[in-house]
Amino acid sequence: MNKEQIKTSIIEQIRIIAPDLEYDDIPSDENLQNALEIDSFDFLHLLNALYEQLGVQVPEADYGEVDTLNRMAAYFAKRIK
Amino acid sequence: MSEFLMPSLGADMESAVLMQWKVKVGDKVTKGQVIAEIETSKGVIEIEVFQDGIIEKILVEPETECRVGTPLAIIRSDEENIPVSSATAAQAQTEETPLEKAKPDRSKDTTQPQRVKASPAARKKARELGLDLADLAKTSDGEIHLSQIESAAETEFKTPSADKMRQAIASAMSLANAEIPHYYLSASINMSPALSWLEEINKNFTIKARILPAAMIIRAVVLALKEVPELNGYWQEGHHQVCKEIHPGIAIAIRKKGVITPALLGAKDMNLSRTMQALDDLIMRTRAGKLRGAELTQQSITITNLGDLGVENVYGVIYPPQVALIGLGKIIDTPWAQENKVTVQKVMKATLAGDHRATDGRTGALFLDKFNRILQNPKELL
Repeated sequence: MNKEQIKTSIIEQIRIIAPDLEYDDIPSDENLQNALEIDSFDFLHLLNALYEQLGVQVPEADYGEVDTLNRMAAYFAKRIK
Repeated sequence: MSEFLMPSLGADMESAVLMQWKVKVGDKVTKGQVIAEIETSKGVIEIEVFQDGIIEKILVEPETECRVGTPLAIIRSDEENIPVSSATAAQAQTEETPLEKAKPDRSKDTTQPQRVKASPAARKKARELGLDLADLAKTSDGEIHLSQIESAAETEFKTPSADKMRQAIASAMSLANAEIPHYYLSASINMSPALSWLEEINKNFTIKARILPAAMIIRAVVLALKEVPELNGYWQEGHHQVCKEIHPGIAIAIRKKGVITPALLGAKDMNLSRTMQALDDLIMRTRAGKLRGAELTQQSITITNLGDLGVENVYGVIYPPQVALIGLGKIIDTPWAQENKVTVQKVMKATLAGDHRATDGRTGALFLDKFNRILQNPKELL
């Protein structure tokens, strides 16, 4: 899986949480929680869904590295084999 | 023999649509069992029966709008094995007839609407979006399909159900501001000890079992309320009643629609993990429009957390007949002086709005002090 495919997976999962968002509404380099008004529960569900799909768990200490769409995709790309 | 009535889920509710029966005639039901789904301005709510018995008769068909207090079904208690007496049957009959008239006033100025032809998917979607099929039928020939509903929904950005919710909040809050003499107290709480403690715990958990700070804070509120129970209760008919159970109403935002504060029922008996699970479940069901009647009526205090949006101080308006509201702000890195040293700590402002008829500032101060102490010694939270 390359970074673009991972990005698509992340966007799909975000749209499950927030169905009112269109594909293009999701910014690449802004803080996801602030930009999309998703709360800490939604964010946890997002990480859990991605864990089930991609097999990578994000520890809480790494939350700072997955705050935007691009950074989150890069984080997973580095860890998926 | 008794009647199962359309319940009132708040002073602002006048009527609701019976959507679906979960039981049929002859079914045995037990107290607390969900027997029907109704649709209100707060979404689809599961309603429970308050007695054991057998469903004797169903009086209202699905998709009927009924006023609060309308008999929906007749329930025979277990002991009554005798057949229905003619008197009771006659009574049931007479009470069945006014149902058509129980429709809300908006139908008054239009001719009795015929059932609009629409595909089942369209009907379902229209219901979800709060669109009136009859309105759509005026501009459409033949059966209404899903695509028409979707395009109508796009033009109608503000759905009627969002308006209804706004109205409900408006009437409750006007009453609160007019009647309740509020007092406000606030305290800065150093959250660093509790947050580091939680981080340690979460290291051993998979993502699914992780506990969020929001759940930990609610648990701390509940523990503090055990010590200062006066804030957990009601002001009714000139009297202050303390509630034995703790059912905090949690303010939950619904995307693009507003806020609902359903109760986290029985929070007193939940440990930290259970609080997290129950809260997560409550949030999911609130957003999916799947709450139970009791969750909309049993709140004994309100907790509102606007920290996600960067708000520091929350000065809330108490929801009557409750007597207090706890507002929680964003956790912010702040210079903090302790033992003659200034360090940077994670600090949260907790605010209490109290009903001065029921309690005094001293009670509120005791609560905030207890809340703070618990968070400084987080092991108590388990």
